[in-house]
Amino acid sequence: MLTAAEVDAVRLSLSIALRSVLFSLPLAVVVAWLLTRRALRGRLLLDAIVHLPLVLPPVVVGYLLLLLFGMRGPIGGWLYQTFGIQMVFTSAGAALATAAMSFPLMVRAIRISLEGVDAGLEDAARTLGAGPWDRFFSVVLPLMLPGILAGAVTAFAAGLGEFGAVITFVSNIPGETRTLPLALYTALQTPGGDAMAARLAIISFSLGLSGLIAAEFIARRVRRMLGR
Amino acid sequence: MFSIRALKHREGFVLDVAIQVDSPGVVALFGRSGCGKTTLANIIAGLLPADHAHIEIDGVALDGNGKSLRAEERRIGYVFQDARLFPHLDVMGNLRYGEKRVKSSISRRISLDMVAPLLGLESLLSRRVNQLSGGERQRVALGRALLSQPRLLLLDEPLASLDAARREEVLPYLEKLRDELAIPMIYVSHQFEEVLRLATHVVLMERGGVVSQGRLDELSLHPELRAIVGPDAVGAVLHGTVTAVDGGTGLATVRIGNNSLRIHLREAKVGAAVRVQLLARDIILATSRPENLSVRNVMTGAVSRVVADDADTDLVYVDIGGALVLSRVTRAASIALELRTGLPIWVLVKTVSIRGHAFYEAPETVQERSQQYESRPW
Repeated sequence: MLTAAEVDAVRLSLSIALRSVLFSLPLAVVVAWLLTRRALRGRLLLDAIVHLPLVLPPVVVGYLLLLLFGMRGPIGGWLYQTFGIQMVFTSAGAALATAAMSFPLMVRAIRISLEGVDAGLEDAARTLGAGPWDRFFSVVLPLMLPGILAGAVTAFAAGLGEFGAVITFVSNIPGETRTLPLALYTALQTPGGDAMAARLAIISFSLGLSGLIAAEFIARRVRRMLGR
Repeated sequence: MFSIRALKHREGFVLDVAIQVDSPGVVALFGRSGCGKTTLANIIAGLLPADHAHIEIDGVALDGNGKSLRAEERRIGYVFQDARLFPHLDVMGNLRYGEKRVKSSISRRISLDMVAPLLGLESLLSRRVNQLSGGERQRVALGRALLSQPRLLLLDEPLASLDAARREEVLPYLEKLRDELAIPMIYVSHQFEEVLRLATHVVLMERGGVVSQGRLDELSLHPELRAIVGPDAVGAVLHGTVTAVDGGTGLATVRIGNNSLRIHLREAKVGAAVRVQLLARDIILATSRPENLSVRNVMTGAVSRVVADDADTDLVYVDIGGALVLSRVTRAASIALELRTGLPIWVLVKTVSIRGHAFYEAPETVQERSQQYESRPW
């Protein structure tokens, strides 16, 4: 049914999207918390930076990543020399690019759920003897769980289809960075690749749709679990 | 017992209070909405930083002299107006939340086995929070606060968000807490009815300051209280002892000063301490012994003083021997009867207009109180 190359592309897309979510989730929670609960100086700037990938052309994001995380970039060079980690032309780099692109989606979802958590409950927890970390893990985090899960699933589904930033940053290497949309693009560029392109499009379509349905389903389940 | 001084400037508002209470019991912070009661409660709990604060409870300094305990270290059981139960935990989870966080060095005086029956929570333990009624939520919030082994229970209008029926459902539990647990409480309220039922000591607040503070029976005669509760709610609060109970009519005889009152009192026992409120507008005065009236309660006394209440009415303070009663009469009646200090007078009050509440008090306190009546300023 599917060729080895197609299976590869699906597998890569799933693994890269998953890694991008795992990597960016904790950071997104911290950023969302800073943006909602802290009277932070430079909050406007942080907010803008987080949302930049939404408005920038993905190619620009890929280019910026290349500058920062390239072998001679300030972060990429340090990563390579200290840990031997290479970002460009690897699936790790693809996950990074995907994470950067879906980060605003995730922060938004988490932020909305955090805004819905009554700060009065934190005060109640304080008077009952809970310190700051304790309050966060025993009250705030469980109550924002629906938003975290919804954000993660949406980011995962969006990450399956990231194209511009990925191809700019890590190129289009079969078996390493050629995810679904890149494989689809390649198929379209190849004479006689129409059937493959159609199959890949259908797979993308079904994955995206199931992702969105799953996100809604999970959010409902969790909301019920939390008694709302 | 408590010593609280706090200063807080906010835009267009200054809170500046000094409260000193020597007896344990229930201290009511009473005043109109917006007078700074909740701000003060939050400062006491440590949720709101004050510009200056000195808070001492039972000899433990919570704030002041340059050091301020954080809210989580103060051990103040705060019951909020809106309960603030954790929606992701069931009733049991909520009750245990504070209890789990009690430091091992603190002796656990209050247990779930004690609190559950006291607050009627046994059948609620496995319920989800969103399945509770408003009254049940507040009872759970009370239990949760108590199980955190607080040195003080701080209740911020816990009944304000409930309708009258739910309020009646929760009030008896609060009375039980006061009488059985002997835990000091600060009760924030703008409902005089609640203060009347629960408080032992009242702090009258207005526009961010303390107008007056003292025992409820003293304050009930205070002109400042009239300014807050309005002329129709003014009335003497008196302490008495049940001397006889008539099972047939449901009437209890209560000794107050040198007189007796017959009032409706549920579950009264002979010897029980009772607090009654006699609304000034319900008190009828007579300058000769009245006869052939339906009124069952006739007390004898002497006019202590007459003061103008407003343009057309006077407030008459009547000494009934060891206690003062307030009567509000028209200026015309006051002139016709020639009311003046020292005039012997009969005080009439209909049984049905007396509000009485059983109230636990050691008998000797009641006695001390009667003696103290001799030296009042008004």
